[in-house]
Amino acid sequence: MNILKILVVDDEPGIRSGVARILSRFTVDYPFMDEQIGFEVLEAETGEAGLEIIEREHIDVVLLDNKLPGIQGIDLLELIKQRQPETLITMITSHASLDVAIKATSIGAYDFVPKPFTPQELKSSLENITKHLFLKRMTSKLQKEGKQIRFQFLQVLSHELKAPINAIEGYLNMLLNKQFGDNIENYAEIAQRSVERLKGMRSLIMDLLDLTRFETGKTPSTPQEIDIKALALSAIDLHKPYAIQKDVNIKLHIDCDICIFGIPDELEIIFNNLISNAVKYNKQGGNVDIHIRCDGAEVSLIFKDTGIGIAEEEMKNLFREFFRIKNAETKGIQGSGLGLSIVKKIVDLYQGTIDVASEPGTGTAFTIKLPHPVRKDNE
Amino acid sequence: MNTRNITVLVADDDADYLFQMKIMLENAGFKVIAADSQSQAEEIIDSVRPDLAILDLMMEKDDSGFILSYKIKKKYPDVPVILATAVSQETGISFGLDAEEDRSWIKADLYLEKGIRQDQLLMAIEKLLKK
Repeated sequence: MNILKILVVDDEPGIRSGVARILSRFTVDYPFMDEQIGFEVLEAETGEAGLEIIEREHIDVVLLDNKLPGIQGIDLLELIKQRQPETLITMITSHASLDVAIKATSIGAYDFVPKPFTPQELKSSLENITKHLFLKRMTSKLQKEGKQIRFQFLQVLSHELKAPINAIEGYLNMLLNKQFGDNIENYAEIAQRSVERLKGMRSLIMDLLDLTRFETGKTPSTPQEIDIKALALSAIDLHKPYAIQKDVNIKLHIDCDICIFGIPDELEIIFNNLISNAVKYNKQGGNVDIHIRCDGAEVSLIFKDTGIGIAEEEMKNLFREFFRIKNAETKGIQGSGLGLSIVKKIVDLYQGTIDVASEPGTGTAFTIKLPHPVRKDNE
Repeated sequence: MNTRNITVLVADDDADYLFQMKIMLENAGFKVIAADSQSQAEEIIDSVRPDLAILDLMMEKDDSGFILSYKIKKKYPDVPVILATAVSQETGISFGLDAEEDRSWIKADLYLEKGIRQDQLLMAIEKLLKK
C-alpha cells in the first residue's frame, strides 16, 4: 500500500484527532491504480510547528486551518508553497470570507473543507487530492520513460552511424598505408565497398529525416485528395530499375478507382518503403503483387512478395526502430532498420492498421487498411 | 612477415570490419579464420581450436558474442576470448573485465572498443597469448 503523508495544522485538538481518526482506516483506490493508497497523519498545533515539520520531511497534503494563534493560515500557505511546491494544500475554514478564499486560491490552495466537516466531506476531499497526486506522478513517470526511450534511440543511432565510419576509415587507412601495393586497380574493391557504406549511411539519414518529421508532427503540405492509382504507379516506376536488376516482376491489381485524403509525401513513403522491401528481400525471378481494394469505409493496400519471408519470432520486432533481421538470407542487404517503423507511424497517423502475414521461404504480405476513402467523381 | 602458427578466430557480421581485421591480423603474422555469423563461428569451433578468438557482440542476436564466448570457453577453457563491440553503453557494461564477478558470468577475457587503434589491439592480443 502506498502511504500519503498528511499534516493537519489546527489549534483545536478535536479537529486534529478527528482527522487522524477518520483517515486511520480510510484508503483510496481506483480501478486504474495498481495499489491502494492509505494515509499517515501528522499534527501541528500552530503554523510555526507545522512549518518545522514541512522543513524536516516531505509532506503530500496539508490540511490547514486559517485561524491560527500565531502565523495565519494564509501566510503559512505561501511559505509552504515556497518550501515544498509539490505539496497540495486544503484549507479548513469556518467562516471563510470570500476574500480569504480568493486569496488562498490565487496563492495555490487546492481545495476547501468547511468547518465543522463531516467524515464524508473530509474523505471526498482527500479522494480528489489523491487522484490528482496519482495522475501527476504517473505523468512525470511517463515523461521520464519517454526520455529513456529517446536516450536508447540515440545510442543505437550513434552505433549505426559509427559502424560505417569505422569501415570507411579502415579502408582509407589501408589506402594510406598502401596495403595492396602501388597499383591503384588493387584498391577498386575497397573503394566500391566504401561507396556502398556511404550509400547506406545516406539512406539512414533520409529515413531519419522522415522519422523526425512525423515525430514533430510537422506536416510538409496541406492535406489533399490523392489518387491512389497514380501514386502506386509512380512508386512502381521508381523501383523499376532495381526490380529489373534483381529480376523481380512488380504488378498492380486495382479493383476500385479511389482517392484518399492525405498528404502525398506520407502516402508515397508507405508505397516506397513497402515496395522497396518487397523487391529487396525477394528472390531472383520473384514477384511483387500490389492489390488495392475498396471495402466500404476503408481501402486495403496489400503488398505481397515471393521473397525470403519472416520467421515467427521476428514478427514482434518488425516495426521497432533499427530492428533488422540478421540471417544468411539478409546478409549483404543494406538497410537502415527504420523503413517499417516509419510506415507504421504514418499508418497510425491515418488511424489505419497494418498487418503482416509471412511464411519463411515463401513470401510476405503486408496489409494496410486506411479508413475513409473518397470515391472519385464519375467521369 | 613472420608467421607464428597462431590461429585467431574472428567473428563479425560486418563484412568490411571482418575483412579489415583479417588483413590486419595476417599482416601481424597470425593465421586468421573469419566467420561472418554466430552460426558459422559455431561450426568452425566444432572442428578447430583457435589460439584466440575476437568476437563481435551483436550478430544474429543481440548477445551472439556472449553465447559464442560461452561455447568457446566450455569447449576450450584456455582459449582467450576478446569481445569487440561498439555498443558498450547499450549493454550497460563498462569496459574491462577486471572485476572477478564480471568474469565469472561473462566468460570473456577482454572487452575492446571497435575502432581501437591497431597497435593497441595487437598489444592486447599479445598480452592474452602470454597468459
